[in-house]
Amino acid sequence: MTAPPVLSVTGLTKSFGANLVLDGISLAVQEGETVCLLGPSGSGKSTLLRCINWLERPDSGAVFIAGERMGVRGGGNAPMSDAELSRLRMRIGFVFQHFALWPHLSVLQNVMAAPVHVQRIPRPQAQAQAEALLERVGLAARKNAYPAQLSGGQKQRVGIARALAMKPRLLLFDEPTSALDPELVGEVLAVMRDLAGAGMTMVVVTHEMGFARDAADRVVFMDHGRVVETGPPDVFFERPQTDRARQFLMRYAGRAAVPASLAGTAGAGGLA
Amino acid sequence: MNGVAVVWEQRSLLFDGLLNTLWITASAMVVAAVLGVVLFALTLTRLTLLRRSLWLVIDLLRCVPFMLFCYLIYYGLPSFGIVVNNLTAGIVALSVYHGAYLAELLRGIHESLPRDAEDAGRAFGFHGARLVMRIVLPPVLLAAVPMLGNQAVQVIKDSAFLVIIAVEELTYAADEIQATYYVPFASFVAAVLLYWLLCLTVEGGVRIVLNAAEARR
Repeated sequence: MTAPPVLSVTGLTKSFGANLVLDGISLAVQEGETVCLLGPSGSGKSTLLRCINWLERPDSGAVFIAGERMGVRGGGNAPMSDAELSRLRMRIGFVFQHFALWPHLSVLQNVMAAPVHVQRIPRPQAQAQAEALLERVGLAARKNAYPAQLSGGQKQRVGIARALAMKPRLLLFDEPTSALDPELVGEVLAVMRDLAGAGMTMVVVTHEMGFARDAADRVVFMDHGRVVETGPPDVFFERPQTDRARQFLMRYAGRAAVPASLAGTAGAGGLA
Repeated sequence: MNGVAVVWEQRSLLFDGLLNTLWITASAMVVAAVLGVVLFALTLTRLTLLRRSLWLVIDLLRCVPFMLFCYLIYYGLPSFGIVVNNLTAGIVALSVYHGAYLAELLRGIHESLPRDAEDAGRAFGFHGARLVMRIVLPPVLLAAVPMLGNQAVQVIKDSAFLVIIAVEELTYAADEIQATYYVPFASFVAAVLLYWLLCLTVEGGVRIVLNAAEARR
């Protein structure tokens, strides 16, 4: 009860037109926790992540990063300036579904860009750190390649290294493997498992049930813009408490059962 | 036959015209490129009034026939006390006109590129001028290279209109030769071939840049 949670979300709502996407989400993530956000497509998971770092402005509710209010100045309602937003965003690493690497920069430059230009870290130091991170995600040999020359799995590992280069308090993953060919999913999940094991604080939107089951400390199940159920993965997957969670899991179980030959590889999340 | 010989005799006149066309268009391209990029960057601002008025001006410029615009600069500006010689007026007209086109072209490319990379820029703390210069602009410019080549060709062709304000460029030279020696076909074909040569040079340049930039696109 001493330190505030790394991430705290209270009563967050967001609509796009008449479509209510987030309907009063509250969530707290403690230091070192890995939380997987599960739920059907359109349940608001990605929007929630984008609201956390203010890429989308929520309509109401609040986001706190290590106790500091995101997007809003002081206690009032004045919006933060870009520079103030930038300072808070530096504490949050973001891994995008479609990688979103900067195409005009090499792999190494992608990882160094924010530390050098935003955090103003001296270039030699940023480069040493970037090289170490690329080593960690197994891409040291490709540091001079450009994103267009990489496979999807490699791009996403660069995306993770880029997010880590900010030394963030919190890492957000927006369906990091759903744009990948099945055989490339494993290499990305392996890196994420490593991070979870090393005590990184992570919020992961994913459809990889295998990953959620064995890497998450906690699962949050969302549907129609609400948190329907939350709990440790063994409880959620073995004894879901709500009908909606049961239905959701049954659909996944059914899908995994059909291609039995694949069940041990891509479906379960690879490198078990 | 005779016409070709006449044009050959007067080749130094044509050559001077070509040189003038070359440096007029080259300087207009440089100014237009800078102007186009600055206009485009300014239109990314969140200041709605500035953005809207810039687009109004750009849209207006795109809809003015270039010849009319030339007249306006050369004969119109003196009514406001701004007197410029024909050469300066020509370069200014070409630069402003094509700068507006370029801004519009860059906007189109920007809208066609995925928004992701820009979102990533914001998510990693880039904002303001640094976001535009480091994250937004480079991919737009790289994607624009083939169209920038097209635009350069347009500048070369529009430079022929400067004949109407008596700028002594290539078309002016060809016209002088045909008027003096009555060899319209030979002299104009010679000019056409020289314009073609300029365009080929631009296309070659585009190809070199494209090859160099391939991995980054």
